[in-house]
Amino acid sequence: MNPAPLVALVGNPNSGKSALFNALTGARQKVGNYPGVTVERHAGRTTFADGRPVELIDLPGAYSLEPSSPDERVTRDVITGTQAGERLPDALIVVVDAANLDNHLRFTLQLIALGLPVVVALNMIDLATRDGLTLDPAALERELGVPVVPTVAVRRRGIDELKAALSDAIRRGATVVPHSGHDDVATLQRRARAISVAATVSETPVRRWTHALDAVALHPVFGVLLLAAILFVMFQAVFAWAQAPMDAISAGFTWLGAAVTHAFPASIFRSLVVDGIIAGVGAVVVFLPQILILFFFILLLEASGYMVRAAFLMDRIMAAVGLSGRAFIPLLSSFACAVPGIMATRTIEDEKDRLTTILIAPLMTCSARLPVYTLIIGALIPNRQVLPFVGLQGLVMFALYVMGIVGAFVVALVLRRTVTKGASSGFMMEMPKYQWPRARDIVLGLWTRAVIFLKRAGTIIATTTVILWALLSFPQVPAGSHVSPVDYSIAGRIANNVIEPIVRPIGFNRDISLALLPAMAAREVAVAAIGTVYSVDNPDSDAGNRAILDNLRHRWSLATALAFLMWFVFAPQCISTIAITRRETNGWRWPAFMVGYLFALAYIAAGATYWVATASGL
Amino acid sequence: MDMCPRVMIPVSLESLPRRQRATVAAIDWDRLAVPEARRLRELGFDEGVRVEVLHRARLGSGPIACRIGRMTVALRRAVAGAIHVAPLAG
Repeated sequence: MNPAPLVALVGNPNSGKSALFNALTGARQKVGNYPGVTVERHAGRTTFADGRPVELIDLPGAYSLEPSSPDERVTRDVITGTQAGERLPDALIVVVDAANLDNHLRFTLQLIALGLPVVVALNMIDLATRDGLTLDPAALERELGVPVVPTVAVRRRGIDELKAALSDAIRRGATVVPHSGHDDVATLQRRARAISVAATVSETPVRRWTHALDAVALHPVFGVLLLAAILFVMFQAVFAWAQAPMDAISAGFTWLGAAVTHAFPASIFRSLVVDGIIAGVGAVVVFLPQILILFFFILLLEASGYMVRAAFLMDRIMAAVGLSGRAFIPLLSSFACAVPGIMATRTIEDEKDRLTTILIAPLMTCSARLPVYTLIIGALIPNRQVLPFVGLQGLVMFALYVMGIVGAFVVALVLRRTVTKGASSGFMMEMPKYQWPRARDIVLGLWTRAVIFLKRAGTIIATTTVILWALLSFPQVPAGSHVSPVDYSIAGRIANNVIEPIVRPIGFNRDISLALLPAMAAREVAVAAIGTVYSVDNPDSDAGNRAILDNLRHRWSLATALAFLMWFVFAPQCISTIAITRRETNGWRWPAFMVGYLFALAYIAAGATYWVATASGL
Repeated sequence: MDMCPRVMIPVSLESLPRRQRATVAAIDWDRLAVPEARRLRELGFDEGVRVEVLHRARLGSGPIACRIGRMTVALRRAVAGAIHVAPLAG
């Protein structure tokens, strides 16, 4: 039997392509990756009226067949049949914004000239009407020579008609002879404008409500205040709303660990499952609520069209350190986790700009650092008011965030003048109309994020935690020995003999040396590791648990604690970030560079803090 | 400027007053990097099209938002400086 026909959705950015894809496939979609590149592959299924299945892929938005970003390259390669791991589509659905025909038709003309069966979805026709445009789809069909179907993807209007036209187009085959000559952009643009005029029955001037909103959103003063307010609400939500579900997840994993402990006799295998896999995966999955809340806001800001406005406002600051406003979105995501942040750099066209953004993304204080900050600050920074409504502990926490941001800007400035030197990249972006975000699209977006995150937790993170568990558990202490199990393990020996001598000058004690190794899996594991060190050394584990804070207060000086916090601002302590950087930069060169510079910065910053603190008698 | 006040002097998009309608008179493509020039064309910039400056991010520097066709596009000032426009009367 022949495989189901493959149909690709292609179109300009902001043509409502993904909404149309969602309307066609519903939840029956799968997000993967194209081999060798890091562009997400969105695939789904739908059926024709007669029940035949169709496979659909949603290609990244592009302006033309000349790619200027990795995303656009995939679009070109798929529709020309040169993308590895993807067969040539049997037909294309070209999605155009009905209110922006003169611009979107240029790409449409290029796509039709490829010679594949094409159906044009004249999308967002309702918004065009509201915008004062009356279009004639039949005239457009005549001018283009391919079927044109008016659609309103978000209201699922025109979907059946689109499928019927698609079915006909596939049966009939291409109607256009492939066009060998390359028309230049200007010629195509002029043809597109002429067709647009022919298909437009009447037109009133652009409605002003998007402009009215922009008058506030892009205002030099109010716009900046609005952005600050949105960011404040967002971070407030990330920390406040996430607390209850995080506690629940954490309780769930504790319960699971206890259940397994009770169900099986003590053995190496049980220890692997409970201390290695359940504890390790649990330590990461607990961040799911924070990541989802952050993504909820990011998806909302993107779907509403506000994100580009934020990039617009931030462009000047970003330009000062050699980046563009586009870097703002990935850096903002990095406050949840650098992994999605680094993935979001794919939309940055300029290669050096993108690389710089990837390299500084780990300096944004991700949510995994919070448990570490909270523990150390809670234990060692006096809870004292320094100003009305400002406590010393909160101030230290805030300073750590600021330190990361300032560090990132300074690093970007230096990198753009040295290793990622190049002409300053531009900032040129289409600013889409404001739209009311659709719950369905947001939910689907969150769902795919959650699946990606959980998959990662289940694979990379589970593997690394198992390796670390093994390092911490072997060799086992012979019976009757007084050496602590941790000191006796491979990890303990590495910590005592290799790490400790290196970090002693910057004020780190043995406990920290031990915590640094497992913290490579995920930063927050440092908390668990410090706990383990004290409870493993302490035969009475109950008291050990309660004694972590007391232990910290007795064994750590304030200078050591401050140095440790500074270390965490800069240190690249997360294998997932290193892995994603390798994938996104196609090699080990840049992750190696990133790890090197971050460790150097962390060492210097922690050392300087320790020496200054010690010298001033802390 | 006082010699012929009735004649609209061609200016660059960068210095075009807000809300002043204009048409693109010429684009200094050579002043732009190749990808920049291509993207500018792809966004619809071409001789003869209507443009209008809608917003400026901040006094002095920062990008500008302008309307071209039925689209709003953000540009850096350096790029806007390469776009010569002829203001329309009225």
